[in-house]
Amino acid sequence: MQTLATVLAAEGAPNPLLPHVSEIIVGAVAFTLLLLFLKSKVFPVFERVYAERHDAIEGGMERAKRLEEEAKQTLEQYREQLAEARHEAARLREEAREQGAVIIAEMREQAQAEARRLTAAAHQQIEADKAAALAQLRIHVGTLATELASRIVGEVLQDDERQRAVVDRFLDGLEAEATAAAAAGSATVGAAGEASTSRGGAGRGAGGS
Amino acid sequence: MHLVNVAQAAQGTQFEAPGPGDFEFAPFLGGSAFLTKPTLIIVLGSLAIAVLFWLAARRASLVPDKGQFIGESVYGFVRDTIVGDTIGREGRAFVPYLTTLFCFIAVLNLSGIIPVLQFPATSKIGVPLFLALVSWVIFNYVGIRRHGFLGYFKAMMFPPGLPKLIYVLLAPLEFFSTVIIRPITLTLRLTLNMFAGHLVLLVCILGGEFLLVEKGGVLAALSIVPFGFSIVLTFFEAFVQVLQAYVFVLLSALYIAGALADEH
Repeated sequence: MQTLATVLAAEGAPNPLLPHVSEIIVGAVAFTLLLLFLKSKVFPVFERVYAERHDAIEGGMERAKRLEEEAKQTLEQYREQLAEARHEAARLREEAREQGAVIIAEMREQAQAEARRLTAAAHQQIEADKAAALAQLRIHVGTLATELASRIVGEVLQDDERQRAVVDRFLDGLEAEATAAAAAGSATVGAAGEASTSRGGAGRGAGGS
Repeated sequence: MHLVNVAQAAQGTQFEAPGPGDFEFAPFLGGSAFLTKPTLIIVLGSLAIAVLFWLAARRASLVPDKGQFIGESVYGFVRDTIVGDTIGREGRAFVPYLTTLFCFIAVLNLSGIIPVLQFPATSKIGVPLFLALVSWVIFNYVGIRRHGFLGYFKAMMFPPGLPKLIYVLLAPLEFFSTVIIRPITLTLRLTLNMFAGHLVLLVCILGGEFLLVEKGGVLAALSIVPFGFSIVLTFFEAFVQVLQAYVFVLLSALYIAGALADEH
């Protein structure tokens, strides 16, 4: 009986659901060590490589995108600057044109003023000469008239021939006198004016007598 | 024992079907219980994972070489496919644990079809039990940390928007399924899948061997059938072993996601 029991016990199949403590311990230690090793030495490397790879691919795309954005912005800036420059140039041209017009108007104004000034000066000169001539004439006319009258009276006036001759002679004399006076005068214009005035004066004087 | 052997010898050619006894190993060199085939496989498997990952990460660069690519793919699979689809962004903290979990289970599962080793260490319930308990601690811990102790259990047992009477039934069920059933199913699903898979392979191979060696003649020639089956089943086992690792990790991630979620 005793033997049979031992035989049965020896023969009795071991229960596969009963764990062996040794296997639990070995499994636990092996698994824990493996986990610690992989977690500290291997998986961080993989994570790093993943991150680097992600950065290399995604980062490259992001960089390209950023560069494109920058290029676009730069182009926009250049376009703006160009437009500004064009605007500025147009403004400058307009300004120059306006300034030119102003300058021309000013110059014209100046020239006209100068012309007016010259004209006025010439008029004044003429007036002064005229006055001087009249004053001189007034001095001479008396003496001339007296001289002419005395000559007319002194000579017998028989015919028109003689009379004309007398007048001509008188006028010649008058002219000679005027030429002398002109030689004595400083300004040619003045002399001419004087000459014309004295001739006019002579004419008037002749008319008067 | 002696009696049995004698009896078998007398019977001559009696096929002894493999059973749970084939999952028990005597310690090497008469040493302690810590030096058995399963524990050796656990240590070797862990070392293999550590070395392979170390090689993969040793010269990590932007453009990966083959080893780095494979290592990254495994890590990225857990990180993006499993964690990314269940927990989302805040799941980052759990990626190291879940990735290690996936590799650990997958390698110890695959040890069942790796020549020479040819024993899935995860068919020993101690390994899945420990891993299931770790997942259990993690998801309950993050749930309590997120919602507070009472808040966590309230969210678990009293999902809002149901008739009051339902809670009488639902609350204990939810507690039971979440706190008690989850670690048990995690453990048993993995253990028994590996156990059964290994047992079927054993039946095929030992059966074929029995026909070839013990019988002879026509029956020996027929041994090609179980041997052929064992090859097909090996490929199937490879699929199941990876799938079970995936399922274990996916469920762990789902449990964590559920504990973190605002409503169950």
